[in-house]
Amino acid sequence: MAEPHGATRYGGGRPDTAVAGGTTTTTALLEVQGLSTSYGPVRALDGVSLTAEAGRITAVLGANGAGKTTLLRTISGLVRPTSGKVLLDGEEITRAPVEAMVHKGMAHVPEGRGVIAELTVDENLRVGSLFRGKVGREEFDRVYDLFPRIAERRDNPAHTLSGGERQMLVVGRALLARPRILLLDEPSLGLAPRIVAQIFGLVRQLVDSEGLSVLLVEQNARSALSVADTGVVLNLGRVVVTDDARALAADEDLRHAYLGF
Amino acid sequence: MEQFLFLSLSGVIDGLVYAAFALALVLIWRSTRIVNFAQGSMAAATTFIAVALIDNGLSYWLALVVALLSGLVLGAVIERVVVRPVEGGPELNAVIVTLGLFIAIQGAVALIFGVDQRAFVPPVSNRFFQVGDGFTLGLSNNGLYTLAAVLITMVLLIVLFRYTRVGLAMRASAFGQEVARLLGVRVGRMLTLGWALAAVVGSLAGILIAGDVAFISPNFMDTLIVFGFVAAVLGGLDSPIGAVVGGLLLGLALNYVRGYLDDSLLGMAALVILVVVLLVRPGGLFSTTPARRA
Repeated sequence: MAEPHGATRYGGGRPDTAVAGGTTTTTALLEVQGLSTSYGPVRALDGVSLTAEAGRITAVLGANGAGKTTLLRTISGLVRPTSGKVLLDGEEITRAPVEAMVHKGMAHVPEGRGVIAELTVDENLRVGSLFRGKVGREEFDRVYDLFPRIAERRDNPAHTLSGGERQMLVVGRALLARPRILLLDEPSLGLAPRIVAQIFGLVRQLVDSEGLSVLLVEQNARSALSVADTGVVLNLGRVVVTDDARALAADEDLRHAYLGF
Repeated sequence: MEQFLFLSLSGVIDGLVYAAFALALVLIWRSTRIVNFAQGSMAAATTFIAVALIDNGLSYWLALVVALLSGLVLGAVIERVVVRPVEGGPELNAVIVTLGLFIAIQGAVALIFGVDQRAFVPPVSNRFFQVGDGFTLGLSNNGLYTLAAVLITMVLLIVLFRYTRVGLAMRASAFGQEVARLLGVRVGRMLTLGWALAAVVGSLAGILIAGDVAFISPNFMDTLIVFGFVAAVLGGLDSPIGAVVGGLLLGLALNYVRGYLDDSLLGMAALVILVVVLLVRPGGLFSTTPARRA
């Protein structure tokens, strides 16, 4: 696959506009338009529309059962929508096969730290780069530099890792796919606050320095809003509000009603 | 002592064939969580192809290659056409499908090649080596050939799974289907390849058995499916190394039963071993499946 536009390592390119006084001009990298998904008679997503901008972190928040995980699974094709569209950089990918998403520059880190438990840490990373053909050792070293804790355990089976190390491994593995956009599903689940802060800090750093774009799904709204640029609040499969992350965090009524803090 | 040595040696050789057959079952179980009861009749089909070719003047080696290749195709086609539609459904569906296939393929073999016994001449002598005066080793040239064939196959499989990209993709597909798909691995293709490889290994086991028993009929693999299954469960259905160790242990145990007790007890002995394993260590000797997080 050709390098996506720009010289940055993770493609998407930092938007050349800056946040200033609440007005921004940005490019939509991922667009979701009127997406609905049902599990049998249960409608999990009901006409969800949102935009993830290039070089930004967009957080999707909401209670358990709000449809956050279904949203990510529908975007990456694991679940098929009943209606609506998903566009990546203007190209419709709604019905593209799951296996093709990573070629298009989308990496989805599923809920529950999707390490392949039987493979070693290094093998897990290698699976992440398989589709790209030969990948230089230095790219692996870069991931190990980002996460020294998993570097020490590279030859251990992944099931011996702690929760935090597993999360580091799957984020590192997703980075080896050189995505333009990273879909992260509940990375904070079950992790100590210190580890959550560390992982979120690292994601922020990658976004700022390398132009990575992130669609982050989180129940832990407080942590997510502290790192995100934009927040989207879901409730029972519908978008309740979309706003600047700081504005959302400051809106006490909304926080009490939907975000639980 | 002489009998013990004889039984041990022939047990190892038999065990290697069981191991190869168990390996075929394990390859499929690992990737698709299906016990392929059709493995025996698939192997019988490819063995009959080899016999037909040999009877028509082809050399054993060429016939072997053709039989293994037809196993490859048969495995791939069965996975794509028959198994794929029931994958992901209730487990019982897949079991019934492979049982149905077992009967259907056996019927097809009987229709095409007839139900009569056919002679199968191994490429090298089946006669046991004699040492000194009257001391018979439980080993023949054919036994050595079996040993080499199975060991080479195992080394090739280890190299494939440990050291190649496609092997890594196959393991990823087996252990984490959804994650592998998200990472761009063509999981469907890997599952097809897994079935194809398993059918090749199963076919090899069939041909090696045929050389040992000398006469084959469409159901000649029926007992081997039992032995292969017991060997696979003994080792822990998930573990290729377990399949090999399980095969060897079963080969030894059955040869001791044959030698010290009676030939007619073989089937029962295998089932007793199966029951004991399931009671004492249901995961098998090499169950390493780690506690998975959802």
